[in-house]
Amino acid sequence: MSDHAAEQVPVLECRNLCISYYTRAGEIPAVVDFNLKLMPGEAHGIVGESGCGKSTVALAIMQYMGKNGAIVGGEILFEGRDMRQMSEEELRQIRGSRIAMVYQEPMASLNPSMTIGDQLVEVPIYHDGLSEQEALARAEEMLAKVRLPDPKRILASYPHQISGGQQQRVVIAMALLSNPRLLLLDEPTTALDVTVEAGIVDLINEIAEEFGTSMIYISHNLGLILETCDRLTVMYSGEAVEVGDIHDVFEEMRHPYTRGLFGSIPLPGADKNAHPLVAIPGQLPLPHERPEGCNFGPRCTFFRDGLCNVGRLPMHAVPGDDDHKVRCERFQEIDWDRDLPKGEAKPPVEAGGTVLSVEDMTKHYLIEDGGLFVRGGERVVKANEKLSFTAREAETVAIVGESGCGKSTFAKVLMGLEDATDGKVMLGNVELGDLPVERRNAETISKLQMVFQNPFDTLNPSHSVGSQIARVIRKFGVASKDEEVEEIVFRLLDTVKLPRDFARRKPRQLSGGQKQRVGIARAFAGNPKVVIADEPVSALDVSVQAAVTELLMDIQRQNRTTMLFISHDLSVVRYLADRVVVMYLGRIMEQGTTEDIFAPPYHPYTEALLAAVPIADTRIEKRHIVLKGEIPSPTNPPKGCPFSTRCPYMMPGTCDVELPPLRSFGGGHRILCHLDPAELTAMEPVIKPKTEAAERL
Amino acid sequence: MLKLILRRLVQMVLIMAVSSLLLFAIFDTPEFKKRLAVQELGGFAVSALTEESYKSWLAARGLDVPFYQRYANWVGNILSGDLGFSYEKNRPVGPLLADRLANTGILAFFVFALMIPLSLILGILAGMKEGSLQDRSISFISVLTTSIPEIASAILLTVIFALGLGWLPVKSAMIGGFSFRELILPVLTLVIYDFGYVARMTRASMAEVMTSQYIRTAILKGLPYRRVVMRHALRNALIAPFTLIVLQLNWLLSGVVVVEVFFEYDGFGKLLLEAALFPDVEVVQACTLVAVAVAVLSQIISDIGYTFLNPRIRFA
Repeated sequence: MSDHAAEQVPVLECRNLCISYYTRAGEIPAVVDFNLKLMPGEAHGIVGESGCGKSTVALAIMQYMGKNGAIVGGEILFEGRDMRQMSEEELRQIRGSRIAMVYQEPMASLNPSMTIGDQLVEVPIYHDGLSEQEALARAEEMLAKVRLPDPKRILASYPHQISGGQQQRVVIAMALLSNPRLLLLDEPTTALDVTVEAGIVDLINEIAEEFGTSMIYISHNLGLILETCDRLTVMYSGEAVEVGDIHDVFEEMRHPYTRGLFGSIPLPGADKNAHPLVAIPGQLPLPHERPEGCNFGPRCTFFRDGLCNVGRLPMHAVPGDDDHKVRCERFQEIDWDRDLPKGEAKPPVEAGGTVLSVEDMTKHYLIEDGGLFVRGGERVVKANEKLSFTAREAETVAIVGESGCGKSTFAKVLMGLEDATDGKVMLGNVELGDLPVERRNAETISKLQMVFQNPFDTLNPSHSVGSQIARVIRKFGVASKDEEVEEIVFRLLDTVKLPRDFARRKPRQLSGGQKQRVGIARAFAGNPKVVIADEPVSALDVSVQAAVTELLMDIQRQNRTTMLFISHDLSVVRYLADRVVVMYLGRIMEQGTTEDIFAPPYHPYTEALLAAVPIADTRIEKRHIVLKGEIPSPTNPPKGCPFSTRCPYMMPGTCDVELPPLRSFGGGHRILCHLDPAELTAMEPVIKPKTEAAERL
Repeated sequence: MLKLILRRLVQMVLIMAVSSLLLFAIFDTPEFKKRLAVQELGGFAVSALTEESYKSWLAARGLDVPFYQRYANWVGNILSGDLGFSYEKNRPVGPLLADRLANTGILAFFVFALMIPLSLILGILAGMKEGSLQDRSISFISVLTTSIPEIASAILLTVIFALGLGWLPVKSAMIGGFSFRELILPVLTLVIYDFGYVARMTRASMAEVMTSQYIRTAILKGLPYRRVVMRHALRNALIAPFTLIVLQLNWLLSGVVVVEVFFEYDGFGKLLLEAALFPDVEVVQACTLVAVAVAVLSQIISDIGYTFLNPRIRFA
């Protein structure tokens, strides 16, 4: 694409860019000394955890800093012109036409009270002077290009009337309407389901190909960056720490932080017993508490006093690689193959007897229809349909599925927040299905506890951490004397690796990871038999995720607790689950041991789900399967097989009419599918090592 | 939606029944009956009255009939359209109420006609640039005018414009028929008191909308700022103030007694006050019914308006 790269003017160049926010506490540097050169047609990824300044860079490029943000140094050149010198009117003409942006949350980014058509036509009307008619025609054409079905209907819709994936396609269409030179994508798929994400990533790649648009792709997900970008900047705490060609960085990373990031994401091959994840110790420094010298210093295993903590560290070029730079003083001294931190292998845990058994559990909701002035009938939402599985002592059972699959409803029934409509849920010999939480005794409640998804909202902000844990201990009758309770609180804090004086702190004084540790301590305070973990780490940063995951598993191992791990993230599930239950639209499509699920025979949905998960490993080859369409609404599920509307193997006349049979493949591996067992067994593995890479290893 | 409206209307009838029953019970006590006699015949005459003739006065007034029977009669009359008779004003309640409601309507109309544009424009100007000089001065004025009680600004305005400059009449009794000049001071007093409140609500709503992500999208789409405000921000920002303004109807109906009395303006509030002091039972009853109806209806209107302004609810 760019044969004459040397002669070309970069589309965008950031030189020594420094951005600060001004608060009452004074100037807080958000981004320091940021450099980036983006050639035409190139896609550049920016990766980092929350607070590292990646979104700030994107908004600075747009010159949209808010009242308290400002560029305090360096320059941003767009096609060779410094954007800082441009007038407000010049900026307006560039925004939306030469540089366009796609945002993280499509629903919030679209105006709720304007039709999509009205929002799209503005772009060509204001930038290219088109008439309303012409603009409408172009908008319709663009909606078809981003592969939205029935563009006419979408034009007339309001944003809330279409699904999240469709909204993001609309935002992308809006960005492409004036054929921009530069497209900024700020976590464009983070709010979407994996199979929908795969479709959007596909679309973004096609756009790059077709329009030759340069892209800056911001994400916290290394796997996504690998699938979309040519070059990569890794940011940490306001600084770029490593820049280079995507393959150089992925295969020969030369910054300890990058190394740490890769160590804390579960890649295929990681295993909770043989190859556990290695978390980065410590936590991100706050912007006004950054250390002298290397920001990563306090968390780095290679830290040298007197070398890493003096002055501002410059970027060094990595010899041998093309334009690969790293902000580390010691990168050449480190033996990258030998000095890798490795996790300690642990012996596998034998599972015990059955603790929880679910038999044909069904949950239906009745909802009333009715629009403005019109009365409608009642509809049944089949949130859970005949779920059956068991969980044994000390076992981790993962429940996997995308939004609307009914996994949260299932958790609610278990917890007693909802009654089961039909079927049985047995915990030991107590039937839980029609026993709401108010009628459960303290013992039953203490046996079944939950770790919640969002640690930020689940702790009471006005009580101290210690008193919140102590309350559980008293309630469940573990202890009643003050000294005893305090002793147990301290022991629990030790278990979740928090300092004992945190007992007196209020939740707002804790970071997200620390709050989740408190959540775990609280859940384990009553010595539960079963813990339901509902996406326990998905709200946390990557480097913290690993630590919390490991902690959860260590405690589980010690107490021989049964864990139901609810997640949409197949890489985490592969890493920690013993058995997996795959759900789609309220039904179990496939269940079996983790090895069974991740190898053929697959259910077609499992196959697509596996193919959709981005993997941050260049040595892995993945089959390309992108599902068409969206997840149907649970209020109106398809007839026959729930997956029939999106299934690539769909057999008309069978799949869309009849419910599929449950096929058993031995060892508890069961698949709900019309396909012939032989055909299922003949499927090719979705993920396999690359052949040439395999040779090199 | 239809269900909601029906439910609200049933609610309204229930509130009417309960409140009228309660009022009837209170006015049925011997003390109140006595007071009525004093008002009509004079204190001296009542004290000179024998038990016999007091009873015959009650009988003449129809007050000796048992309470439930009178209530049933009254309900029957209301349903057949007869609102009763005012002892104090010596005329049927129906036309009396109609007159006063018309007056209040005129007052409310002019208050709204001034207050709505003024408060919305100021609120939007303030909320557009949160924390700017423009915002801070508008917010300051709004707080200032809202914190002055109506009676204080009524006196102040009268002193300046009626007594001092002599431009406007002191009272608004409209003895010589409708006079626009007499309406100015009461309207002004109410607007001064009310606009700050609505303006501040509008400001809050606008400020919130301006920090939303879809406004960022609109700006980064390269739209002119004017278009961003007029087309993208306004409609979303006006949803909250709209419901608030409709609910002000209730306040204008019965909450502005002080101003009406001060300017001797014959509105609904003043009628209610006079009737309650008299006690003119049937007028109070009729006024209560009207007040309940207006309160519930304005809520229904604001609910319907809300659904129309907000597509998310309309097509949910």
